[in-house]
Amino acid sequence: MARAGSDFRTSFAHRISSLLFNRAKLRLGLLLAAPITWLVLIYVFALVALLVTAFWTVDSFTGAVHMEWSLNNIQTVLTSSLYRAVTLRTVGIACLVTIADLILAFPIAFFMAKIAGPRSRRLLVIAILMPLWASYLVKAYAWRAVLSHDGLLQWLLAPIGGQTPGYGLTAVILTQGYLWLPYVILPIFTGLEKVQNSLLEASSDLGAKNWQTIRRVVLPLLVPSIVAASIFSFSLTLGDYITVNIVGGASQMLGNLVYTNVGAANNLPMAAAVALIPVILMFGYLAAVRRTGALESL
Amino acid sequence: MRFSRSSKSVFGLLTAGVLLVIYAPLAVVLVNSFNSNRNMIWPPPGFTTDWWVSAFHSNGLWEAVGTSVIVALASTAIALTLGTLVAMALSRYRFFGRSTVNLLVVLPIALPGIVTGIALNNGFRTILGLQLTLGTVIVAHATFCIVTVFNNVMARLSRVSPNLVDASSDLGAGLWTTFRLVTFPQLRSALMAGGLLAFGLSFDEIIVTTFTAGSGVTTLPIWILNNMFRPGQAPVVNVIAVVLVVISSVPIYLAQRLSGDDADNAKG
Amino acid sequence: MKLAAMKLSALFVGAAMALSACSAATPSASTASSITKLGKGEGSLSLLGWPGYAEDGSNDPKVDWVTPFEQASGCQVTFKSYGTSDEALNLFKTGNYDAIAASGDATLRLIASGAVQPLNTKLIPSYKGVYSFLKNRAWNTVDGKTYGVPHGYGANLLMYKKDVVKPAPTSWSVVFDGSSAYKGHVTAYDSPIYIADAAVYLMAHNPKLGIKNPYALDDNQLKAAVDLLKSQRANVGEYWSDYLKEISAFESGDSVVGTTWQVIVNSMSAKANVGAVLPSEGATGWSDSWMVASNTKHVNCAYKWLDYIDSAKANAAATEYFGEAPVTQAACQYGSAGFCDSYHAGDATYASKIWYWTTPIAKCLDGRTDVQCTDYAAWTTAWQEIKG
Repeated sequence: MARAGSDFRTSFAHRISSLLFNRAKLRLGLLLAAPITWLVLIYVFALVALLVTAFWTVDSFTGAVHMEWSLNNIQTVLTSSLYRAVTLRTVGIACLVTIADLILAFPIAFFMAKIAGPRSRRLLVIAILMPLWASYLVKAYAWRAVLSHDGLLQWLLAPIGGQTPGYGLTAVILTQGYLWLPYVILPIFTGLEKVQNSLLEASSDLGAKNWQTIRRVVLPLLVPSIVAASIFSFSLTLGDYITVNIVGGASQMLGNLVYTNVGAANNLPMAAAVALIPVILMFGYLAAVRRTGALESL
Repeated sequence: MRFSRSSKSVFGLLTAGVLLVIYAPLAVVLVNSFNSNRNMIWPPPGFTTDWWVSAFHSNGLWEAVGTSVIVALASTAIALTLGTLVAMALSRYRFFGRSTVNLLVVLPIALPGIVTGIALNNGFRTILGLQLTLGTVIVAHATFCIVTVFNNVMARLSRVSPNLVDASSDLGAGLWTTFRLVTFPQLRSALMAGGLLAFGLSFDEIIVTTFTAGSGVTTLPIWILNNMFRPGQAPVVNVIAVVLVVISSVPIYLAQRLSGDDADNAKG
Repeated sequence: MKLAAMKLSALFVGAAMALSACSAATPSASTASSITKLGKGEGSLSLLGWPGYAEDGSNDPKVDWVTPFEQASGCQVTFKSYGTSDEALNLFKTGNYDAIAASGDATLRLIASGAVQPLNTKLIPSYKGVYSFLKNRAWNTVDGKTYGVPHGYGANLLMYKKDVVKPAPTSWSVVFDGSSAYKGHVTAYDSPIYIADAAVYLMAHNPKLGIKNPYALDDNQLKAAVDLLKSQRANVGEYWSDYLKEISAFESGDSVVGTTWQVIVNSMSAKANVGAVLPSEGATGWSDSWMVASNTKHVNCAYKWLDYIDSAKANAAATEYFGEAPVTQAACQYGSAGFCDSYHAGDATYASKIWYWTTPIAKCLDGRTDVQCTDYAAWTTAWQEIKG
């Protein structure tokens, strides 16, 4: 360790260090200055500006934005049966995708965290993370091929008399479940790693069967990780419009409504109004789960 | 928990099953990259290496890869800096508004990509009057990558004893020296893991990028999106996907090595 | 503390609003006139178009008609592609592009918002050779001023799998009134502009509605079209927006009948066994126009490009690659054998049965002045409701 010796005591660096040594608040302020400025100026500002736009209207032909205040867009979004139906559909899909992913993630995360040796664990983590690098679009198109009328799934199910669900909501659930799976496995795996083996041993010493230990000891400890994982999968599903376009058949989700309003309708105020729906939903969810400490486990 | 042979194999089987599900579509991608029919019909009527050759010669593809790498590196660098700062602040100090700051960091990734995308697009273009360039994409990516670094560093810092820092300053080290020689080495693996995840997130991101990239900026996902529409070029995208998956094993392995060693040491 | 926080937030929101207000200025419709003289090239040109409209060899070294242009004119070209007309509008609004190849469902919106300038076609020599049925049409000419020159043209045909759809259809009824026979396997183009296809059908099968132009629909007529499309929706398997989707759907059998483009028909394998027809009621189609931005700094390069892309050799290369008919008969000698025939280039009768995409506007395109027609915003809302 390099020590500058007596020069250091009188140097500029030393003066700063001693100045900050007793002033915790100043240190805190300096630490937070850059990130908070970045996030507020860039992100929060843009978000608020977008939401403000929801209260404006647009000249339907030229696309020029009129800055007169009007609740038209909000009213349409709240009352129109289209938005109600699509919101319910999207939330429903998000729930199903989340549940499916959690069910798929748990065994593999548990195996990786508690049963596999360090070498296999490493390999498994690599195996989970590698598919993230194959482009989202390419994977979605691969699923399109798998689910098609004469695709892989049909070929697998035909011997037992089954049939591919084809393109539609089921396809969307399957594909999105597949795409978000690594994002769900990781937090659960991290959470499981934190569960100390001694707890598990103690539990079985006290006579609990394995699945009882899982249900009564492991799962409650995993709640922050589960919630963190669900935040990912919810948020990804609520805003997605690409997967629906590729495997969704004739259906549409919230993301599509926002996207077509930005694009087709060239109507940013309306898009912003529709975007309010997922924003409020996610904010609500985040606020509700703040207590569980999930926000620190993302 | 006592793991009997049978419960170990049950878990093992389930794991294998999940891995199979994860890799089956990727196998489809691999097969399609050799599909002789340029519309990627299934099952492939024949096989050809034309697409691999074509991908190798496609300048547009390599430029897009380069752009994506630059964007990812820059965003990761920014995210590493900002994420570490916030993590250090939140892990060491209790202050009013702590949970709000936490929420703020998490927001860009918790809110759907399309919302972030149109908000930033509106912010850059309409409000600030900026052109959409490489810079705007980097700023957008850095914003939602902060959280991955933040989480990893927070987790790591919670395992680091503050005593070491105190000892260091007792011994006369200034703040920067303490950070450099005491804190940073412990954080290195967390930074590696967080940085790698941030890199991956930025590299494959399509939705926010669509809204924040200018005309001259073609990241790899945008190139792929364009090529899926381009007459007869579509199978080339399968080639690049396969190449990326294979190549990604290297940095992921390295990151695992680094964070894995520390995790083993810190296990209780 | 709480009060301070509230005050701060209010201040914040106010600032955001003020800033938003400053910059969302309303553009006025252009009263500009076209340029009168062509000067020297400015050295660079930024283009916006469908993928494949301006290939420079970076995707396939053999496919390149941009490099010869760059060498001849000295204008270095950068090209950005878009996936839908609506994305095109959004991108063009950024002001980063000098010229755009826009489909008819976007052109009138560009013209009305003042984003593009009227053209002096005398400065575009190739324009003389362009087919007359593509000139001075509702989507590229307003108030006698021409705003765009065509890139190519094509029709939305009816494609069907020969072994499933029997007898071979000659009418759109297989996808409308008769679509329940193919429930779950009907397809249609995923855009509000498809409402015009329903209108074309109603023109023939429900003349009482009085539709004279499928892009000029008043409230009643729009409602009839929407009802027709809602009943079609029950039988639709998927809507297609990029043609790779449609190709894969027909190849796998997920779709057996629906609208298509000639280029898709040409791309299908023999195994798919498809046929295509321009049905008796007529069809919608498209002719994309190259237009020049109002505030471009590279107007000379832009004009040079418009002239180049309509010239025989370049137009043949560009339209054959994309899969549409060229705009000038002279191009036929440069395309491969059967190119022009395959796309019915120059066939005026064929072309006359096509209702080219035109942006629906409130001022009725069929000349009616006693009613207001529904505009594109109304069509977009209707389309979202049709999809449900």
